[in-house]
Amino acid sequence: MHWAWQGAGPCLGTEGRDSKLPAIAEFDSVGLRYGTGAEVLRDLDFRLAGAGFYFLTGPSGAGKTSLLKLLYLAQRPTRGRIRLFGEELSEAPRDTLPPFRRRIGVVFQDFRLIRHLSAFDNVALPLRVAGASEEEVEGPVREMLAWVGLADRASARPPTLSGGEQQRVAIARAVINRPQLLVADEPTGNVDSEMAKRLLHLFTALNRLGTTVVVATHDVGLISATPGADLIRLENGGLVDPTGMLRNPPPERP
Amino acid sequence: MMLRWLFASPADRRLLGTSRFRGPTPWVIAIMSFSIVIIAATGLALANTASSLSDAIQARYALEVPNGGENLDALVATLKAAPGVVSVQPVTESDMRRTLQRWLGPAAQSANLPVPALVNFDVRTGTDVDAIAKRLQSIAPTAHVSAHRDRVAPLLRSMRALQWVAFGLVLLLSAAAAAAVVLAARGALDTHRFTIEVMHGIGATDLQVTHLFQRKIALDALVGSIVGALAGALVIAALASGASLAGELTGGARLPAIDLCILALLPFALTVLATWVARAAVLAALSEAL
Repeated sequence: MHWAWQGAGPCLGTEGRDSKLPAIAEFDSVGLRYGTGAEVLRDLDFRLAGAGFYFLTGPSGAGKTSLLKLLYLAQRPTRGRIRLFGEELSEAPRDTLPPFRRRIGVVFQDFRLIRHLSAFDNVALPLRVAGASEEEVEGPVREMLAWVGLADRASARPPTLSGGEQQRVAIARAVINRPQLLVADEPTGNVDSEMAKRLLHLFTALNRLGTTVVVATHDVGLISATPGADLIRLENGGLVDPTGMLRNPPPERP
Repeated sequence: MMLRWLFASPADRRLLGTSRFRGPTPWVIAIMSFSIVIIAATGLALANTASSLSDAIQARYALEVPNGGENLDALVATLKAAPGVVSVQPVTESDMRRTLQRWLGPAAQSANLPVPALVNFDVRTGTDVDAIAKRLQSIAPTAHVSAHRDRVAPLLRSMRALQWVAFGLVLLLSAAAAAAVVLAARGALDTHRFTIEVMHGIGATDLQVTHLFQRKIALDALVGSIVGALAGALVIAALASGASLAGELTGGARLPAIDLCILALLPFALTVLATWVARAAVLAALSEAL
């Protein structure tokens, strides 16, 4: 396990991977405040390596969800710069953002499923938005629903699904497009340990195929079950360095 | 293709649910369409009536002799012989008295009531009417020749003013329909805010989202405006049939094929307007989010 560290130098921990991989996300002195309130994120300086696997941890209210919003382009920083996929997007015109969003899969804490659509249609949505034909949609969506154990619930609508089933639909929707960056906010919060293992297996499989994965979680078991992953810890809106070695990171965390 | 958005896939149609025609939009549009068709038909009928009247009296003059028709036969003969005069129609005294009876009652038949002599005549274009008038005055010095168009001019002016009022009302109603569509679009955006957020989050463009709403409002507007226009057409048909008092009043008004085509196109024009306004309203609202 590696600890994430600040600075514009090498990418955040990249155990088992080439640390010279191009960064998929770069934060440079990033701050965020909502309205006229206090900053909820401040002075964030870090880079996420392409094909990296990161856990984002920290106490409630530390700013994890806000950081994820910046990553999946639901929010602009109030200061600093963010580069995603090699492009400066902090102040990019809004009509240039959709193509970048299509390269990001997001698992929301509250699932964000469209209630009046079936599980199938919810999972198919990213493919349809990207312009896939119905023939191109049918197979992958059935396969993904089968993978998350919901093959027989394809026509069910979210209100008729349990919390765990809804979460699996949300995860299937997030990964159906083989995103380059997968962002998940507490993805195992509503699933049993067996399903959590399967989801983690899905995430690591996607990661091996080149997807950068960022998972916000309190689940220590999930973190410890992913030995190659790196850890980003947030407290009070800033990155912290629990080892005191942010500037001189060790090759491996003790 | 410009109209590709109109033919959304079933999956796209499911995105906004299946609540078509439940909202007030089709009904508001239907009322607007009904009113627009009636007012436009009235305006067109007025225009046609004014035009017919104007054409009919353009070359028509009246010879009036206030003290009666002692020399009427000589005057008529002079008129018939005058160059450029194509027709002469003396109005008989009995006809004059019958006309006056509408205002004066039985007193119009009184021998004490002096009734002027009146002769209508039509001339060819370019005829020297002043020369004819002088010739007539040499026979009856009190004879007076006047153009019908001068007498009817105030009526024609009123009719043309009413046409403009009708045109203005059509524009006002169209603007009101557009405002109703803007409100409907905003309401639909509020109702489907969550769906829009999810779609934006997974990379949908503003145009993709807009097309969903544009299509829904276009269909609502099309149905509403056709229903309204059909109702309007029924009323116009009833007025034009002459079966009612209104029919009698509009008996002189005609709607030729070109006007009927204009009226038939109005609901489609209203649909295009509603669709365009909905598109602009949705795009403007979406641009306020990231």
